Amino acid sequence: MLDADFFRRWMTATAASVDREAERLTALDSPIGDADHGSNLQRGFTAVTAVLQKENPDTPGAVLVLAGRQLISTVGGASGPLYGTLLRRTGKALGDDAEVGEEQLAEALRAGVDAVMALGGAAPGDKTMIDALVPAVEALGDSFTAARTAAEQGALATTPMQARKGRASYLGERSIGHQDPGATSAALLVAGLAEAAGE
Amino acid sequence: MSDDKVVGIVLVSHSAQVAESVAELAKGLAGGGTPVPVVPAGGTEGGGLGTSAELIAAAAAAVDRGAGVAVLTDLGSAVLTVKALLAEGDELPAGTRLVDAPFVEGAVAAVVTAATGADLDAVEAAAGDAYSYRKV
Repeated sequence: MLDADFFRRWMTATAASVDREAERLTALDSPIGDADHGSNLQRGFTAVTAVLQKENPDTPGAVLVLAGRQLISTVGGASGPLYGTLLRRTGKALGDDAEVGEEQLAEALRAGVDAVMALGGAAPGDKTMIDALVPAVEALGDSFTAARTAAEQGALATTPMQARKGRASYLGERSIGHQDPGATSAALLVAGLAEAAGE
Repeated sequence: MSDDKVVGIVLVSHSAQVAESVAELAKGLAGGGTPVPVVPAGGTEGGGLGTSAELIAAAAAAVDRGAGVAVLTDLGSAVLTVKALLAEGDELPAGTRLVDAPFVEGAVAAVVTAATGADLDAVEAAAGDAYSYRKV
């Protein structure tokens, strides 16, 4: 079973990897985006770590709802409302349980990913974070490690795609050949989950 | 509808200057009807390009006169942040609506319509109609 501490570790591990990879995320966002993905997410997850420490929520759902709210208010770019909605909706789906099972988490995360697709209007193949999140959620039934691998492969698979959402979509065919920064950061989030599980 | 129940307008752009200028333009073209509360929410709190949920929430609270608030946005994170705030349920005043409209033309139509004392439905319809005005 997974308790609030597990979910705090998930957020902390993600914040640390976003910190480490911020420059790379921004570099990926330079040719097809507005070159702020790394710094925006870094600001957001730094705030998430701080608020979790301060408020110390005691259920898995409360950890994710608080983290999501923080991302919406601090990121400043589209990844804020998108990741914020992902975490908030996942947290709400987990409800008030003090501990949740892995299958319950997989289902809640699927609800979160569905909410992100509804908010941004993106589908798999549009060269967005969805291309890492959807395969990750499907693999989560097997293991956290399988989800991490699926997210990483999903992020790599965005390279030959043509963007159909967000700023990159204005570039049309020129968006082809660049790995999507949003799918890359989504893979960091999923890797943080595996790290929290000690995998 | 009485003067104190006028619809409020929030203009959300990635740029503080764009939001402020469009607000000024729309108010300038509104003429002498009911004064309409129009507040820009542009850029991030640090003055950079982007969207601030805090500025949007503060702007919506500032223009709320009890007749609803029409929020117009430019693109990307501005749209998504307003939608995410609306989904939160308690971040924006009751009767706040994201209006699907072109930013500049929609803002002018919204403010001019609100100045006639029209309700939120009419303001939304007028702003959305701005999409149908072709220039060529």
